[in-house]
Amino acid sequence: MENIFNVVPLEHFVLLSLALFCIGMVGVLLRRNMIVVFMSIELMLNAVNLLAVAFSAHRGDSSGQVFVFFVMVVAAAEVALGLAILVMIYRNVKSVDINALKQLKW
Amino acid sequence: MDQVLFYALAAIAIISAVITIVARNAMYSVLSLVVTFFTLAGLYLLLNAEFVAVVHIIVYAGAIMVLFLFVVMMLNLNTTNSIVTNTTTNKVMAGLAGLAMAGILGYASWTTVLPAASNTAATDIGSVKVLGKMLFNEYLLPFELTSVLLIATMVGVIVLTKKEE
Repeated sequence: MENIFNVVPLEHFVLLSLALFCIGMVGVLLRRNMIVVFMSIELMLNAVNLLAVAFSAHRGDSSGQVFVFFVMVVAAAEVALGLAILVMIYRNVKSVDINALKQLKW
Repeated sequence: MDQVLFYALAAIAIISAVITIVARNAMYSVLSLVVTFFTLAGLYLLLNAEFVAVVHIIVYAGAIMVLFLFVVMMLNLNTTNSIVTNTTTNKVMAGLAGLAMAGILGYASWTTVLPAASNTAATDIGSVKVLGKMLFNEYLLPFELTSVLLIATMVGVIVLTKKEE
């Protein structure tokens, strides 16, 4: 496969991952459903992964792809723990609304 | 060909990401997030990162999304009574914050001069061989530490979800 950067500039990869990151951030702020908030966080992590892979391919340095590998490990661990906490919260308050946990503020 | 593929994948990724955050039903969110992940895997393939693409599909579509689907179904979140309302103020503030973030990041990337592509760029930097050598030489310690992280997570999840006696 020929070099993708001959036909698509690196800036467009940056803009795509920027758009995905902002969509994820709006999702975290907008939604009250805990599971959708988690999915938005996944979206943000993936935007960063895409940026790392794009720069890695651009520079011809595979370190970026190794970092993506570590980010994926952390994301998998985060999701497993987060969903376990979510299930535990659901058992206690019978809701996945993040406003159900207002008492945590004090 | 690659150009058409990139813009098509980018458009699908953004549309399905938006559907993920606005869908009223959590099930639609999960399914459109799966679509986003597959388009990202396609983008990794376009960037000659085969190993990352395959690992991405295995880990995200294979493990993480199955976990999400499992929880959505187990907690019965795909019914209408789980729809959580949000105030208009919250929505407006979230939209403004997102626009502000997009503006700041867009301005930053607009004013940054990106470095020129490396001329010595090898085409096989995304291969299993190169990444494996890197992972087991330069990044051996972080690689081993991820196993500690995973075992700690596993213990944590089991302790958290265990029903009290």
